Amino acid sequence: MATKSGRTIIADQPFSWKTFFLKWEWLLVILFLGINVMNASLSEYYLSGAGLFNATNSFLEKAFVALPMAYILVLGDIDISVGSTACLSAVMLAYFYNLGVPMGLCIIICLLTGTICGAINGLILTKFTELAPMIVTLGTQILYRGIAEAMLGDEARGGLSSVKWFSNLYWGKIGIVPIMLICFIVCAVIFGFVLHKTFFGRRLYAIGANKLAAEYAGIKVQKIRMIVFTLTGTFAAVTAIFLAARMGSTRADIATGYELEAIAMAVLGGFSTDGGKGKFPGLILAIFIVGMLRYGLGLVNMASQFMLVVIGALLIITVMLPNIKSMFKVKKKA
Amino acid sequence: MEKKKFDWKKITGSREMSLVIVLIVLCLFVQIRNSSFLTSETLEDMFRNYAVIFILALGMMCVLLTGGIDISIGSTLAFSGMAAGLVMRDYMIPTPVSFLLSMAIGAGLGLVVGMIITKGKVPPIVCTLGFMNIYRGLTYLIAKSQWVAAYQFTDSFKNFALTKYLGFGLVNNMIAVTIYCYIIFFVVMKWTTIGRRVYAVGSNVEAAAVSGINIGHVKIGVYTLMGFLCGLGGALWTSLYKSAQGDMATGIEMDVIAACVVGGVSLTGGRGSVVGVFLGSLTIAIIGKALPLIGVSQFWQSAIKGLIILVAVILNVLAQRTMDKNNLRRREM
Repeated sequence: MATKSGRTIIADQPFSWKTFFLKWEWLLVILFLGINVMNASLSEYYLSGAGLFNATNSFLEKAFVALPMAYILVLGDIDISVGSTACLSAVMLAYFYNLGVPMGLCIIICLLTGTICGAINGLILTKFTELAPMIVTLGTQILYRGIAEAMLGDEARGGLSSVKWFSNLYWGKIGIVPIMLICFIVCAVIFGFVLHKTFFGRRLYAIGANKLAAEYAGIKVQKIRMIVFTLTGTFAAVTAIFLAARMGSTRADIATGYELEAIAMAVLGGFSTDGGKGKFPGLILAIFIVGMLRYGLGLVNMASQFMLVVIGALLIITVMLPNIKSMFKVKKKA
Repeated sequence: MEKKKFDWKKITGSREMSLVIVLIVLCLFVQIRNSSFLTSETLEDMFRNYAVIFILALGMMCVLLTGGIDISIGSTLAFSGMAAGLVMRDYMIPTPVSFLLSMAIGAGLGLVVGMIITKGKVPPIVCTLGFMNIYRGLTYLIAKSQWVAAYQFTDSFKNFALTKYLGFGLVNNMIAVTIYCYIIFFVVMKWTTIGRRVYAVGSNVEAAAVSGINIGHVKIGVYTLMGFLCGLGGALWTSLYKSAQGDMATGIEMDVIAACVVGGVSLTGGRGSVVGVFLGSLTIAIIGKALPLIGVSQFWQSAIKGLIILVAVILNVLAQRTMDKNNLRRREM
């Protein structure tokens, strides 16, 4: 993507109240508050502690994969194989558990599967840099789900909920706070810290803004891409663990469409598919906006098909909003 | 760009030729394992069932040529097919009207996508991701989550996929439509300014704009065309399967994009040909048709399909690399 012109890395700008309030995140905050007010007016139990945690638990397992997806989008890449990776990892976990392997080992196998899947993506993409990530991950998307289908056929592998501590990963609570929420917060803080406060994060932005310039500046672009794609695979496996813990069984068709949901969350959070853009607080807000909106629409028994329309429209309109402003500006000048 | 002179080396060294060789090997392999593969019935059946993918791949090629992508095509197809199906159920319209209606609806949906991508400056993948959800949801909503079943279609509509009147009695209507589309696209993309403009936008946007091409119009045009073909595909699909369902053609975008990429269309724009797209679609169709014939379990099919796509794409890169190297060597001399 280095040939595209007009990319700049924005250095520290002087602080001004106007730019501070025109930030993307404020739009998300307003959306977030609006959705919560809507939800609260729909259900009187919503604003209790239990109600809120109930709501977050309904979508957070998908959010784990949105974290590394943000990294990938910062790089200017895309990964549409994460849903299949999560599926294959979960299938592996259930498959080996039903062969009598202890659960601890199964989890390691699951994580390993995800990591290997991610590494394969990374390996192909770094060895053949001409290939677009879209098409490689499209191929592996079909391949990974195909392997899962070949392993299970149209059967399900269950019995996972008989291991109490495993199903507690999803259903368990410390006090009233779900364990999954705590895991997510820890992961999110680490991801945010790495992206915004470390060399590694700066390098991600540099690569996303201009790959060629980054390479000339001595950044090992391909090595970093490899790391990020492998990491994405690992976190797809983390998603798989929570999903398996939630459902207690796996099939070859679980986690379909997770890649699109993760991308939608990241894009709504301000991460451009062109790379080099986006901030982590936006992503977290977007995860909760999409999740809470789904939960709220579920509360009023909205048909799931209508939910598709709402979430699709939300995605497009929010991405379009800042552009509408610039469209009018151009017109005034002319 | 293209030399008028006939050059054998160019033909044997091209990406299309390497794909043809792969296809021949694949066909021979399948034929040895199961002799019923290369018979006219099997092949006709294959082309009939994959006609929609063949046709959509043409539109997708145009979208990819401009550097965009459209993953909403499955939903657009479902919506236009469903809408036309509903009208047929309620008003018993004649078959040609139903086809035209479906195509018009598809073109309208594509136009909306194109407008938002160019005027709203939404990245194509994000925009079509959103519309994939929106159109799919609307498909269920207009149908009230019901099917349009076989008995609700007119007989002439159902017979469209079975008869041969468009193919002059030689080939099935579905295949005839596919052939007409390929002929039109081949001519338009190669020998008209419209086709050349699409290539120009994809290979260098700024140069195209400077030379007086209206980038916005071209982009809106290709998405509208994509939608139009989706509408055609929707009509063909409902005619072939004799029902319109809310979840029809889910995931077809992946097959279509795979067909384009295997056929050598570049995702960064500007590169790709109608012949390549045909061969790519043929690869997808042969894989889909041949695997059950040689006794591969249906559960292994998508794994093998994924693997073949990856291998084809990587081979393509390797071929391109050696070609570039050879070109460099020639230049040094």
